Amino acid sequence: MHQSRVARNIRLGIKTLLLHKLRSFLTTLGVVFGVGSVVAMLAVGEGASAEALERIRKLGSDNIILDSIKATEDVQSGSVRSRISIYGLTYDDEDRIGRTFEAVKRTVPVKLVRKEGRLGDRTLEVRVVGTSPVWFDLVRREVIAGRLLGAEDDHGSTNAVVLTEYGARRLLATENSIGQTLRIGGGYFEVVGIVRNEVSSEGVQVPDEEVDAYIPIHVARGMFGDYVVRRSSGSREQEFVELHQIIVQVRSTEEVAATAAGIEAMLARFHKKMDYKVRVPLALLRSAEATKRTFNIVLGSIAGISLLVGGIGIMNIMLASVTERTREIGVRRAIGAKRGQIISQFLIETVVLSSVGGAIGIGVGALIPWLITLFAGMPTVVTAYSVVLSAGISLAVGLVFGLYPAVRAANLDPIEALRHE
Amino acid sequence: MKAPPGARPPRGAAPAGQGAAAVVSLREVAKVYRMGEAEVSALAGVSLEFAAGSFTAIMGPSGSGKSTLLNLLGCLDRPTSGSYFIAGEDVSRLDDDQLSEIRLRKIGFVFQSFNLIAQLSVRENIELPLYYQGWPHAESMKRAEELAGIVGLGGRLEHRPNQLSGGQQQRVAVARALANDPEVLLADEPTGNLDSATGVQIMDLLRGLNEQGKTIVMVTHEPNIAAYAAARVHMLDGRVDRIEE
Repeated sequence: MHQSRVARNIRLGIKTLLLHKLRSFLTTLGVVFGVGSVVAMLAVGEGASAEALERIRKLGSDNIILDSIKATEDVQSGSVRSRISIYGLTYDDEDRIGRTFEAVKRTVPVKLVRKEGRLGDRTLEVRVVGTSPVWFDLVRREVIAGRLLGAEDDHGSTNAVVLTEYGARRLLATENSIGQTLRIGGGYFEVVGIVRNEVSSEGVQVPDEEVDAYIPIHVARGMFGDYVVRRSSGSREQEFVELHQIIVQVRSTEEVAATAAGIEAMLARFHKKMDYKVRVPLALLRSAEATKRTFNIVLGSIAGISLLVGGIGIMNIMLASVTERTREIGVRRAIGAKRGQIISQFLIETVVLSSVGGAIGIGVGALIPWLITLFAGMPTVVTAYSVVLSAGISLAVGLVFGLYPAVRAANLDPIEALRHE
Repeated sequence: MKAPPGARPPRGAAPAGQGAAAVVSLREVAKVYRMGEAEVSALAGVSLEFAAGSFTAIMGPSGSGKSTLLNLLGCLDRPTSGSYFIAGEDVSRLDDDQLSEIRLRKIGFVFQSFNLIAQLSVRENIELPLYYQGWPHAESMKRAEELAGIVGLGGRLEHRPNQLSGGQQQRVAVARALANDPEVLLADEPTGNLDSATGVQIMDLLRGLNEQGKTIVMVTHEPNIAAYAAARVHMLDGRVDRIEE
């Protein structure tokens, strides 16, 4: 019975509001735009950061990536016409990391060599990625054709290579060319599989490149060695690098930070120079999430201001309504309505106004991101939390901005109110 | 606070100012308004008794205090001094919520300008006091139908006030005033906005209600309307000038 009384109050409130349809509609517009902008802005913000987060996730949040870099003191000595720089991660490093840290699940060695790939009369500068089959467990990519590198390729009689979709298009013209023979540098390889590749962008790096050619690491080492000779403007530079990258997978994300610190300390002990870099995707993920939060707060505040304006609009109209209905308030009080009952009557009306505005606003706010995605191609995500948040806010706007007019109505002197007009 | 169940006062018109079974009584009631620095005395020691089942008209020129008296009788205002009893309960020192409760349970108002609520139907207007009393919807709807029948508007329950004539609107107002079965029905110039023929119909309705036992106090300045009442209280300068029976 109590329930039906609430429903009856709401019904009477709606009935009163419908007496002035245009006015009620215009009043709700403020809340419609306020709530709409909250939902839409959060959806745009969410979409932009979701894209970035997805890229970071592809790096693997339980991975630690170690890169070989040329130490600065080596780079300076350019006057020598021919010299060998020896730097970077070693096979021993990989072995040590795997043995020392209990939290390390597995390690993937990566050897990178730039070579020309040739098939018939087509050529492409490829990045030869000498690695173990585990690479594809850590850098998960869709297999378009054929298979990935397997354990059998480490010992097989023929040299296997996995190409990217991009490389396959450039070299083979058609993707369905499993079994063709590709010449890389001085060696011959059989194309066993093609994978889709990710492209690095917006400061988020993925471990793979579109010109990658994946071969087993022992083949890479045997065929290309650890020496790289670079010729530029008449100078000849030789580099000796054992591993260009080591990807370390940690058992759980909780152990990533501590393990990364441990590896860094260990490398510092064994390397005289800073010829390595430790990257932690998880840390990137954390900072990206923090950025996203800031972004959302800024957008939310802007939307909040428009909600405030909407709320003030409602209050303004309700105050006018109270003045207009002074006589009605007097009659209700004379009949025996208590102050509290007058307050709840007017509060219900404002909450109905703001809730209807909120509901329409959520609809508009969901439609705008959809249009943005459709016409501007920007990714947007309407999250459940933004909808719940907006619904709550519009209810609160009704209560907060309805309270003052309602209290004013209740505090009218019944005798004065009855005499009004 | 609630009306004692089944305690209907004895019937029959009794003159104001005397009678033992008074349902409403005022003792030395004064009302002083403060207007800036000056104090204006609207009522100066009024003592009156309205017997159960009586029909009294309050008359007097403007400024005589009859409106103030009606507001006090209707518990819309509190006296500055003196005491006021309704059905044996002193209501002169009650707070706002308690006065609302007295109005809700024991008083019915009929106004000069009908004062129906425009957005509500006839039925909903009649139901209003029951709504504030917290009646279940089904029961109050039934009660509204009965009351509409009593005032002769049985077929117009779903109409809006603005679809009715003045006389019909005043009938709705009377039905609304009767909804809480009040101890006293207060009428403020009930025929003031009606033509004389319609006014007569409304007065006949009120007289009929009085004959069935309803206590009525009516403010009017028209002698032919006041003639419907069994007693006439003439006010002058905030005092009872004379009582005419």
